[in-house]
Parts: sequence; structure tokens; C-alpha cells
Amino acid sequence: MKLKVAFSSFIPLLAAAGLLWYNANKPLVTSIVNPDTDNAGLKLPAGFGALRAAENIGKARHLAVTAGGDIYIKLMRPKEGKGIVYLQDANDDGKMDDTKMFGNYGGTGMYIKNGYLYASSDTEVFRYKLNENGQVTNPDAPEKIVTGLIEHGQHESKSLVVDNSDNLYVNIGAYSNSCQVDDRQPGSMGRKGCPILDSAGGIWQFKANKPNQTYKDGVRYATGLRNVVGLDWNQQDNQLFVMQHGRDQLQYLFPKLYTVQQSAIYPAECMYALKKGDNAGWPYIYYNQDLHKKIVAPEYGGDGKKEGSKDYIDPVAAYPGHMAPNGLLFYTGSMFPEKYKNGAFIAFHGSWNRSPEPQAGFFVVFQPFKDGKPFGKYEVFADGFSGSLEKTASGRADHKPCGLAQGPDGSLYVSDDVKGTIYRIVYNK
Amino acid sequence: MNRILALTITALLALTTGAFAQKSPAKKAGVAKPKIAVVTSSPGDGKAVYVQNCLTCHQADGGGVPNMNPPLIKTDYVLGDKTRLINIVLHGFKERVEIEGELYNNIMPALNHLTDKQIADVLTYVRNNFGNKASAITPAEVKKTRGK
Repeated sequence: MKLKVAFSSFIPLLAAAGLLWYNANKPLVTSIVNPDTDNAGLKLPAGFGALRAAENIGKARHLAVTAGGDIYIKLMRPKEGKGIVYLQDANDDGKMDDTKMFGNYGGTGMYIKNGYLYASSDTEVFRYKLNENGQVTNPDAPEKIVTGLIEHGQHESKSLVVDNSDNLYVNIGAYSNSCQVDDRQPGSMGRKGCPILDSAGGIWQFKANKPNQTYKDGVRYATGLRNVVGLDWNQQDNQLFVMQHGRDQLQYLFPKLYTVQQSAIYPAECMYALKKGDNAGWPYIYYNQDLHKKIVAPEYGGDGKKEGSKDYIDPVAAYPGHMAPNGLLFYTGSMFPEKYKNGAFIAFHGSWNRSPEPQAGFFVVFQPFKDGKPFGKYEVFADGFSGSLEKTASGRADHKPCGLAQGPDGSLYVSDDVKGTIYRIVYNK
Repeated sequence: MNRILALTITALLALTTGAFAQKSPAKKAGVAKPKIAVVTSSPGDGKAVYVQNCLTCHQADGGGVPNMNPPLIKTDYVLGDKTRLINIVLHGFKERVEIEGELYNNIMPALNHLTDKQIADVLTYVRNNFGNKASAITPAEVKKTRGK
């Protein structure tokens, strides 16, 4: 924490700290920032509060918080020519005061590991050296770690995470809905031996510290993943977990096989625990969360019921369709109650192709974990981003949750890529 | 975009009730009065074609999906050159397009399985809904463009 706190603002902090000590038999680290009186417009479980740490910063995709509580945010598109926002909190009230910007590219990936800030455009990965205060030392001259990744307009986010062995994992989304001969054309069948999978539709592994890597330096770590935006490294399992965006438009493309209602909720949005060499089956199969089965895609001869190959891995958890999981975070903090520890938060950006059925999502979900695996049903943790039930149904949400990050005190940060609000969720009980 | 947001609820209500309100609930007239009387194209049929073929991506309010599917509200693509608009429906659209500072990436399939009348109907419908006001498109115009 910074020391440049004005004395006047220090008094309430001391008072708050005193209250904490008074409550010392609780093992939890209790928040010292005050939630907004309206909890930033969010609906949260009892004991939680939220504040708007920042607003109107642009299309805020993924974000990372330093050990000192500063925030780095990747913008989908550069704002005034800059694509990374750096926010500092001068008086430790939780409201970010100072804004600096750097990086002349848009993108999604943002992650801090081993003294480096990793950032991605839609074709490259960069890293910036952080000093002991968590500040970027080379804002205009990052190391280019990976270059030349495919981007054909669809599923372009190069989300990333770094493990504990200097490996970098990058999503390369498939530039197609379901590898049809004619993408998104009703009735068009799937391309045989889907060629997209050569260079996309999976997670690629690179070295986190080696400059100028291209495809030939990387390993296709896992394939058959249509598009992954939310991903995180599970420290308990020492394993990569990803959230797949399931395919779109079953009914529109194959109206004789699916009803509008089925198309709205299927296929599942899946959580996968990945090992090297895994194949999750896109585009050949999708997962039906109610049948708990891998179903052959209609483009590849499926009829909505026929089961797909057992060679494809099963998800470890499955969620209703099209809600667009854009953020995944394993909670390792101590601020929140014990049940949250090592569980997963998932930011569901919200659906669009449930139309004409009502849209869904636009919330942050908590998935309980036990012994490193999902345990029990997910629960909606933070809701209200859209602004109203009507806005959720129409999809015209005021805010859409995208990135997740954990602060040094255990606060949960959520980015919004519509209006650029940065939410900070704290536990206050 | 604020305008789109404001219109959304109205549009949804209109859809569910079968009525088609446009700018505000108070102004319920709307669809069925094309600016130019063209007997060969009926916007009523256009709505059905829209729901079946366009709504999933362009949405009930014509507002599209941010970063993916372009809006159909008061854009030059919808209100401008008829031939270009007809060609988009016939051949699909794969270009990244910028509209009012927003980029749209998604692929639109070719809808050339629709009849000339269906395409004329749906384009006339789109050009006279979602706050749009433009001349009708006739089956003859679609036929001519398709033949080229």
C-alpha cells in the first residue's frame, strides 16, 4: 500500500482498522474501502458490497491488479491511440484517481506473473517489465513474445495466462461458427477434417520468456475448442482451466432438427480442465448440459441426439447456452468467506443468439470447487450489470462483465466492456 | 446507441403483442404505411421473413450486436443504394464494417434461397422500421440485381 496518504483521510482508515481489530476473532481480512451506497448497482450475496473503482475507461476486456492495488486494463480498441489503461489509487479509498495509458494496440489479454505484465493484441503477445512498485518500466518498448497469430475477424481475442513453469497459454479462437463449408449458411455441412484446427480452435502453449515466437515455436496444447475468452491457471491442480464459448444457431442453421427454444439454451457453455493433447471436440460435437452428453453436430451428421466420440474430453462443468463466459478466476484470497476459497468466479458477458427467446447472462457466477474440481451447482454471485430485467431480456445491457481479477486484499475486480466501469467487490461483514 | 436502448423495450413489447410500435408507445402506426405505394411488396410479409432469417443476428429492434452484427438503424447500407443492399442479401457480407465508430466482424450468409418477393418484402420492411424511412424495394429490382 502506498504511504502518501493524507493524514485527514487516514483517520477514517484508523477507525475502520480499529473496528477490524475489535472483530479480531474472525480469520477474514475485512475490506477497508467503502462500497458505493448502491453497491455500484449490483445485486450481491449478504455481506458483500461493491464500488465503482473507475468508470468510462473504454471497452475494458481483461484486467490485472498489482500487489500494490494498481490496476492494468486491456482495451478492446485503443482509446486516443492507447490500448492499456493503468490506474492508481492515490488515497486508498478504492476510487482510482490517476490514469495513465500506453500500448498502441487493442486486444483482450492482460495478466501479471513473475514481475511482468503480459498483454495481447488480436495477433501478438507482449510483455512489460514491472518495477518493485508494480509499474511498467518500458511502456513504449515491450518485449514481443509471440507474433503472427491468426485473426480473421471472428473469435479474435487472444486471452492468455501464465503457469508456474514459465509457460504461456494463448487462446486462438476458430474463425468460424461450426466449420461449415459456408460459415453460418443454413444447411451447409461441415468441412471434412476441419482445416481451421491447424492454426486455431485451441489453446497454444509458448514460452513466457522467449521473444518473437511464432506458431512453429509453440505447441498446440489443446484442440477442439471453438473459442476461449475466460481462462485461468488452477493453483490447486496446477492445471489450465478454460471456458469455451459454445457454437451458435442450431435452429437457424438446421431448423428441422431444433426448435427455437432448444437453440436458445443449447449447446452448453463448458468449463474444461485441460491436459496437454486434449481434444474438446469442436466442431464435430457439442455438449448438451441436460442430457449430459456429447452430441454430434448437425453439420457432421448429427440429429440432435446421436452421441459423439468418447475420444473427446468431457467438460468438468456445463452452463446454459450462449451466455458467453469471458472471464474465469480461481479465488485464492482470504477476504471472502471460506466457501469461496479455490472456487471459480465466471463472468458471463451475456447472450445475443438466444433471439427471439429472451437473452441471458450479464452476471458473475460462483462455481464451488472441492479438491480442485467443480462441486455442486453454480450460483449467481453478482447480478444487475445490465440495468434491468428488460435490458437483460433484450440484450441491450448497460454493462457487460468481461474480465476478472483479484486484488492483494482479496477484493474481486470485474471489468465492463460496454461503458468501461471497473467494479470492485468486497466482503464487509 | 442510447436511442437503441430506449427503443428496445418498446420493440420487444411490440413483438410479443404482434403490434409494431416504433418510435414510442404513443406512436403505434408504423409498419404498414410505406412511403411509396408499391402494391407488389407487402411489409407485413417482410416482418415474417425478417423474423425467420434476420432477427437472430440483427435482433428484434434492428440494433444488431455490438462488435459482431451491424445495426440496421439509419445506416447508409440500409437507407442508401438499393442495389448494394439487395446484393448483401443475395451474396452475404464478409467485410469488417465500421458504423458510427463501432466495428462489426461477423459473417452474414448469403440468403439467395429467398424469392425475389421475399427479399423485396424484407428489405422494404427493414427500410421502414427501426426508425428508418426509405422507399420500398420491388421484386423487379431484386430480380434485376440477381440476374446480373
